[in-house]
Amino acid sequence: MARTEIRITGMGGQGVVLSGYVIGRACTIYSDKHATMIQSFGPEARGSACSTTLAVSDTEVLYPYIQRPDVFVVMSGEGYEKYRDELKDDGILVYEKDLVHPRLKKGQPSFGVPSTRIAESLGRSLVQNIVMLGFFTAVTKLLPEDAMREAVRSSVPAGTEELNMAAFNRGLEYVDEATSAPVVEEVKS
Amino acid sequence: MTTVTQQTEMVAEEHPIAPYLRMDRIPHIWCPTCGIGTAVKCFATALEETGVDLDKTAVVSGIGCTGRVAGYMKLDAFHTTHGRAIPFATGLKLGRPELLVIVFSGDGDLAGIGGNHFIHAARRNIDLLIIMVNNFIYGMTGGQNAPTTPLTARSSTMPFGNFERPFNLPHLAASCGATYVARWTSLHIRRLTKSFKEGIERKGFRFIEVIAPCSTLYARLNKLGTGFNLMRFYHDNAEICHGADTRDLGIDFQNKLICGKFVDEERPTFLESMHEHYNKILGDRYVPIPPEGGMIHG
Amino acid sequence: MKADPAGVLTGAHYLDGDFACGEGAMAAGCRFTAGYPITPSTEVVERIARRFPTMGGLFIQMEDEMASMAAIVGASWTGTKTLTVTSGPGFSLMMENIGLAVMMETPCVVVNVQRGGPSTGLPTMTGQADMMQARWGSHGDYEIIALSPQSPQEAFDLMIDAFNLAELYRVPVLFMMDECVGHMTEKVVIPPAEEIEIVPRTLTSVPPGEYWPYHVNGKYVPEFARAGDGYRFHTTGLTHDERGYPDMSAECQEKCVHRLLEKIKNNADKIVRFDEEQTDGADVVVVSYGITARVARMGVDLARKKGLKVGIIRLIVVWPFPEKRIRELAGNIKAFVVPEINYGQMVLEVERCAAGQASAICVPHGGGGVHDPNDICEAIVRAAK
Repeated sequence: MARTEIRITGMGGQGVVLSGYVIGRACTIYSDKHATMIQSFGPEARGSACSTTLAVSDTEVLYPYIQRPDVFVVMSGEGYEKYRDELKDDGILVYEKDLVHPRLKKGQPSFGVPSTRIAESLGRSLVQNIVMLGFFTAVTKLLPEDAMREAVRSSVPAGTEELNMAAFNRGLEYVDEATSAPVVEEVKS
Repeated sequence: MTTVTQQTEMVAEEHPIAPYLRMDRIPHIWCPTCGIGTAVKCFATALEETGVDLDKTAVVSGIGCTGRVAGYMKLDAFHTTHGRAIPFATGLKLGRPELLVIVFSGDGDLAGIGGNHFIHAARRNIDLLIIMVNNFIYGMTGGQNAPTTPLTARSSTMPFGNFERPFNLPHLAASCGATYVARWTSLHIRRLTKSFKEGIERKGFRFIEVIAPCSTLYARLNKLGTGFNLMRFYHDNAEICHGADTRDLGIDFQNKLICGKFVDEERPTFLESMHEHYNKILGDRYVPIPPEGGMIHG
Repeated sequence: MKADPAGVLTGAHYLDGDFACGEGAMAAGCRFTAGYPITPSTEVVERIARRFPTMGGLFIQMEDEMASMAAIVGASWTGTKTLTVTSGPGFSLMMENIGLAVMMETPCVVVNVQRGGPSTGLPTMTGQADMMQARWGSHGDYEIIALSPQSPQEAFDLMIDAFNLAELYRVPVLFMMDECVGHMTEKVVIPPAEEIEIVPRTLTSVPPGEYWPYHVNGKYVPEFARAGDGYRFHTTGLTHDERGYPDMSAECQEKCVHRLLEKIKNNADKIVRFDEEQTDGADVVVVSYGITARVARMGVDLARKKGLKVGIIRLIVVWPFPEKRIRELAGNIKAFVVPEINYGQMVLEVERCAAGQASAICVPHGGGGVHDPNDICEAIVRAAK
């Protein structure tokens, strides 16, 4: 892997930045990759569009910003509209199934997960982003499961590890169920 | 032989406050009849009478005539930048909490360019004794208008008389939370000394205003005569009114000067509040800055 | 001496540059910080404010940047290591008391997380346009030390150096980060305390009564006495003699200011630090610092692929400037290429040192982002012709 660029977007309050942080930690602390995370700083009031990017590489990351992401993780419709065009032609789209209704493109493997509903079923909608991270781990295969698991465990508030692990596993398993049925959707043209 | 001995005795006679001064820097730069010297004399007497540990006492001045006080005091002494004596002193006090830190500066320095620092240090109740000599004018730069210049008084930048309302400094200090507020003129030698002693012994943000003559500029520009005339004016127009409502302490041109002690109360200082709060919130995890300083040195 | 373990968060972390910078300060022994909130630097003091109460440190949010700077100068005179943190507009306000720290020879560290300017400019976006302000911003003649980190790891590592240099030379050290490094999150490894070498505040052994605060005894840096130890010394921002007494004469000015300059200039070889790569036989040498040094390396790689011989100088200590090395290289190469996120600041220094032997080509960027590596490559190609 030369360089993988990731953009994560959602609404302020959905844990977008924490998601980026977890992926970055998984890369750098729990596997031997380099990862540079940049948060977009702006008027990010709760509820407005929020974004973070990561440049992941086996070698030192020189250029900190991303150009066109290889992976686009979307948790809100507004974020999708804002950034959808920059996804690489063969980039992977990972999205919140109930909140984002993407116009899928040929060549872009796309994976949806009802992460909010799953989080709610666990009793805390707050862990939606962790469900998404589990799902992200499964569909992108960018990082070892264990590295992601450790990164989640060490990034969440003390006392919430169990809940977050459950959320992570549910996201991870969702793919397992879904891969039997085709998750990769494509625009019929 | 006898004559020589007598001469030696004459030379050996030392001014009572000489141990508190850097005698190698005397003569000082202040004009004849300037009131700053009187304030210094009273301050040195107060240091002597309170018996504070002079090794643990520091004085900080800003810029201006009164700003030179630090330069003559035989203490750890800091002559800083214009207006910044209070924040500098804040660092000094918080960096080594066991120190007694005194800010000795003028009205232009502390209430003009340094006004913002003054109100915030008072609000936080930083443990500082602030001695402000108020001569109603910028002396060192040549008689410009000050934030204390009374209405209608002349200054070199208000050649037709001042039309800006001046500060009522005791009221400003009190309303920002000062724990001790007093005002005297440089004629009130004993009362001023007593006030300095109280100021040294109290905690929190203590503010003492000293009305002092500037015969070279303020008196000359306003045709008020000599230093002697100004002292006579203080004698005739100073009214002592302890506990006066600080709202009534504004100073009009050549009108009565209300002096006295207006505020004397206890309130937790910045450091006390901090210790109490962190002890409550952090418990055993709290490690306060050591009284002798948070340094790491070999 | 070794670092105080209380301030060292040993381990591998995923931290942004601002947090790493704060960790570096605490590891270096900083125990007093005064600051005023300003984007994009505030995270540094937020980190410190959270951690100080458990390690004997004290943070105070002052009323403005003038007060913050004055407070850290005052606190440093208690022997405590001190820090303030700001960005462009606040840096402008600090210039007054940076000058006081220079004149009083007060060790302290000032972090400037640079954003786009002038004035309020681009609060949340990057810039490198305060480099000359760092050198010349306060009035009068002085020499200063400034460092520029290229990553969060370096923000940590160089903070230790910054505090150590401040102690060694009794000078305010300016830490010229940029928003990009400040707000980028990367792996930061913090070593165990016993592996961090700290220059302690060395107190004079001369007894009170015999001590003069600015007596150097043939050396460059005077011995330090702190307030409260019975020295009853005097210090001032006025031109002063060895006793710290004001002396308003041209002779004293010459003596006083000359030494302030010489203590840095004559130790420049020890202070100057830069990375150098493939400058042997190079036609073009790219000089850069901070985040731009990383992007410049990409530009250099592109140019090397075209067969060009390109060397790299990355400034780590920016001031004093590696005058000697640039002068030597200038005799052997065609040109220097200097990309920086401003319209040409350090390039002026390169040009001065090259003194016509090699040209100095500026690759400007107005701020708000970093260079396109292709632009740097193109400048190298042009320079090589």
